[in-house]
Amino acid sequence: MTALAAVLVRDMRIAVRVGGGALMGVLFFLVVATLVPFALGPDLALLQRIGPAILWLAALLASLLALDRLFAADHEDGSLDLILTGRTPLELVVLVKGVAHWLTTGVPLIVAAPLIGLMLNLDARAAGALVLTLLVGTPALTFIGLIGAALAVTLRRGGLLLAVLVLPLAVPVLIFGVAAANAAVIGPVPFGTPFTILCALTLASLVVGPFAAAAALRQEIE
Amino acid sequence: MAIADLANPSRFLKFANRTLPWLGGLTVIAFAFGINQAAIAPDDYQQGATVKIMFLHVPSAWLGMLAWGVMTIAALGTLVWRHPLADVTAKAAAPIGAAFTLMCLITGSLWGRPMWGTYWVWDARLTSVLLLFLLYLGVIALWRTVEDPSRAARAAAILTLVGAIDLPIIKFSVDWWNTLHQPASVFRLGAPTIDRSILIPLLIMAVAFTLLFFTLLLAAMRNEILRRRVRTLRLLQANAAS
Amino acid sequence: MQATAHVDFIVAAYAAAIVIVGALIGWVLLDYRTQLRRLADMEKRGFTRRSATERTGPTAEKAKADA
Repeated sequence: MTALAAVLVRDMRIAVRVGGGALMGVLFFLVVATLVPFALGPDLALLQRIGPAILWLAALLASLLALDRLFAADHEDGSLDLILTGRTPLELVVLVKGVAHWLTTGVPLIVAAPLIGLMLNLDARAAGALVLTLLVGTPALTFIGLIGAALAVTLRRGGLLLAVLVLPLAVPVLIFGVAAANAAVIGPVPFGTPFTILCALTLASLVVGPFAAAAALRQEIE
Repeated sequence: MAIADLANPSRFLKFANRTLPWLGGLTVIAFAFGINQAAIAPDDYQQGATVKIMFLHVPSAWLGMLAWGVMTIAALGTLVWRHPLADVTAKAAAPIGAAFTLMCLITGSLWGRPMWGTYWVWDARLTSVLLLFLLYLGVIALWRTVEDPSRAARAAAILTLVGAIDLPIIKFSVDWWNTLHQPASVFRLGAPTIDRSILIPLLIMAVAFTLLFFTLLLAAMRNEILRRRVRTLRLLQANAAS
Repeated sequence: MQATAHVDFIVAAYAAAIVIVGALIGWVLLDYRTQLRRLADMEKRGFTRRSATERTGPTAEKAKADA
């Protein structure tokens, strides 16, 4: 277990350092959320209506940003080969890297969301529902993103391909995340229905993501 | 000649060269019959003549899903058995599947405008089919971006397997959710709910389109095998020049 | 009757189908000709496949491809 803990700590340390992408994710989140009112105009009622959707979209894009380097950096400096030839199962290492990614990218987003929600005129109830859906949904974004990151690992400018591959798979998470966030405020669907499905998506991605990503890594690196 | 003999690309080429003219001819005959039947089919009591769009929309929907199904089986062939033709099949099927999915979306949209009053609606069936189209584009992008064909095949295989989850979602979306798109009327428990005068042309067109799909697939597989030969020769040439 | 009002959509749908199917057939045919031309080109320059007979199969090609 110490090997996995070491991977976790290492990934988190790298992410937090300069160029690591952890704080960049939150910054991007802030930028997107700021840009939207400029594009839409300051109609507060409108912003409140679509606020959860904007923040979910921004969270998805911010997650994608940080995924780009997740495996590519390790591939470039050779640590991926070490991981592949090590004794720890690759699926577990990938899982742990996903956890590290979520802790450094997803959690700051969740913390920042209510504050940015203020800018979009979200009331306490909406912000609370949003935070809950992000809490449950951002892990899904991370673990689905792992698949794309693994498939694109050997490519030099794999970032765009990664996004193209990940987005169709992440759409259901987006749909149910926003549906749950809206349901708490607008109804008529009870919050529980889309929220439960969101939970199911996250749990499924926790399993499928690492397995698919590990398989992809093995095939790509040979 | 057993089916397993087809695994040899050279033998497959011979098989394709012999079979394609017959398959193509059969396709043309099926379409001639199908379009004739479609033209003389009666108007639906609700939809009027726009029901004739269904003769395009329903087969293209089935084919869009069939193609991904073929790719999924090929993906298993690539990853589990390393079957030589599996890579070729998967790569050949992707653009064909994408084209039929696009046709499904376009014809469905043109049907929806007069019937529902809108070209598009974000219900579960339409959204999941659109996602399938995006997945096709993603897999094609993957094929084109990874340089080595074997690596590309394996990466595409993994993406295909992950994306296959969309197929049951599409199929059951009209049952699970309250959608604008109507529920299943052909493939369902109990008898189909469409009247025979429209069901028969629909089935004939479906057969015609399926024959077209396999004709195109066979031809595209042949092209892909030839393309790999060209690539091998080019590598040979590059090595000889250096 | 609604039918005549919607004939534009029916025609458009069939036109779209013809364009898409036509594009598919065209792509397959063009690609075929391109590959045959390239193979003939290679043959002219003297590069042929080592397996002139049926005996060597995919393994020979794969070995060359991996080389």
